[in-house]
Amino acid sequence: MERLWHGLVDPLSFAFMQRALLVAVAVGILCAVVGSYLLVQSLALLGDAISHSLLPGLAIAYMLGLNLFVGAFVAGLLSALLIQWIRSASPLKPDAAMGIVFSAFFALGILLITWIQRRARIDLNHFLFGNILGVNAVDVLTVVGITLLVLGLVALFFKELTFCSFDPLGAKAAGLPTERLGWGLMVLTSLTLVASMKAVGVLLVLAMLITPAATAYLLVPQLHQVMLLGSLFGVSASLLGMYASYYLNVASGPAIVLVASAWFGLAFLGRSLLGKR
Amino acid sequence: MKKQSAPLPLRPAGGSLVVRDLTVRYGSLQVLQGIQAEIAPGRITGILGPNGAGKSTFLKGLLGLVPLERGEVRYGGQALRGEQVAYVPQRSAIDWTFPATVWDVVLMGQVKPTGWFRRIGKEGRRRAAQALERVGMGSYRDRPIGRLSGGQQQRVFLARALAQEAEIYALDEPFAGIDQPSEAILFQVMRELADAGHIVMVVHHDLGQALARFDEVLLLNRVLIAQGSPQQVLQPQVLRQAYGQAISLSLAA
Ligand SMILES: Nc1ncnc2c1ncn2[C@@H]1O[C@H](COP(=O)(O)OP(=O)(O)OP(=O)(O)O)[C@@H](O)[C@H]1O
Ligand SMILES: [Mg+2]
Repeated sequence: MERLWHGLVDPLSFAFMQRALLVAVAVGILCAVVGSYLLVQSLALLGDAISHSLLPGLAIAYMLGLNLFVGAFVAGLLSALLIQWIRSASPLKPDAAMGIVFSAFFALGILLITWIQRRARIDLNHFLFGNILGVNAVDVLTVVGITLLVLGLVALFFKELTFCSFDPLGAKAAGLPTERLGWGLMVLTSLTLVASMKAVGVLLVLAMLITPAATAYLLVPQLHQVMLLGSLFGVSASLLGMYASYYLNVASGPAIVLVASAWFGLAFLGRSLLGKR
Repeated sequence: MKKQSAPLPLRPAGGSLVVRDLTVRYGSLQVLQGIQAEIAPGRITGILGPNGAGKSTFLKGLLGLVPLERGEVRYGGQALRGEQVAYVPQRSAIDWTFPATVWDVVLMGQVKPTGWFRRIGKEGRRRAAQALERVGMGSYRDRPIGRLSGGQQQRVFLARALAQEAEIYALDEPFAGIDQPSEAILFQVMRELADAGHIVMVVHHDLGQALARFDEVLLLNRVLIAQGSPQQVLQPQVLRQAYGQAISLSLAA
């Protein structure tokens, strides 16, 4: 017991572990809360599309010497706009529009980054799979700032966002600006993905959006409960993943995602054994 | 001691809903063409027509939920505003696995009246609770909406509409596949709303007995085929225009 305690606490004397801890907690909560909205609106694929689309923004911001978070955010929003445009101006189904846009963005991102790598030493893997132990103080400030902003906005607009998610037509008939709220959710999603990319990487961040929320969804009946319980699953997954990354020297993204998946597996099996559907 | 449970204070509607030349198209598919109609307050107006006739689209066009190709909708001489409208969508438009309880759904009726940046207050909750009692669902508050019968779900949505304090009530096929007691409650509440001077519009799916309980019927199939009392509209030769083949029915009224 005491050894376990030491195993958990001792690494926290390192500054980089303290930074990682803050990011893990922030990302765990943020992803579960925003992911709950994506989950109940069947927008998982859109989350995936936006996350892959961050990459070229990162690369271009790096080349121009701009803030990487800003570059990624702009690219994420741009992809969402493009998907919406293709959907509304052609008979294509949403999944096709998303598939086309995100693979194009992702390909461009990979191309640009491999091109940058010829001259500068940047590790592509960190963007793809996350490196929570490598975040610096500015990263922490940005991630915590984004988290507080997004959580504040969700709290402020909770009743409207929830009405729109559940019954968009009824909400529109009642006079809510459903389109603007929908775009607001896209902005929140892009911010969330940008805040999470250093911890989980753009390839796997979808799992942090969907898996903890989905696990909670199996267990509790109300949206705000899904968000709260989902945050618990998300935070515990990112913390355990962080330690795994520290002790086993593996990429943090896959480690975090595997823990989150394990929670889901347990909840799913438990429910099935209890005979619920 | 305070008196309990005053009747829901209802706002009477401010005139008729006037529809001029309503025309809606989805891509290359022309769904509604040149509909002219006037829907008066104080009565229950049924909207009828065969499958795919454009009944749902008519309601949506009326309420501004789909773009109009042509035409306009006026209410008391002005454009409709959202806070005047309570809409209950067709069953199939709702995801019944959504994590919400009966109470969550009824409270949604108070989202718009409460306004931005504010929590739904005591008064709003009282209204929602009253509305839920009114449809006989008070004891189901904490039940997830997915674990109700179809009739109970419709009653909860009607309660949400009541909680909205609207002037115009538009319900899309609330009677589809529901139980007898629920149907009776729905009609009772709709009658009260109409008697209080509201506009009540109901899309209806079949030509059965229930029709006699509407005060006015609009028969649609891409165009408006007839408008009038159930007895006037449900003549065999009128129905044939809407449904294509001979349909007879007896209106035991
Ligand atoms: N969003 C849409 N995009 C394209 N076509 C649509 C859309 N919604 C409805 N339609 C088509 O428009 C026509 C009218 O549909 P609508 O739902 O208004 O009919 P309805 O009378 O309500 O039918 P039902 O009895 O099946 O509810 C149908 O042919 C339908 O397939
Ligand atoms: Mg319909």
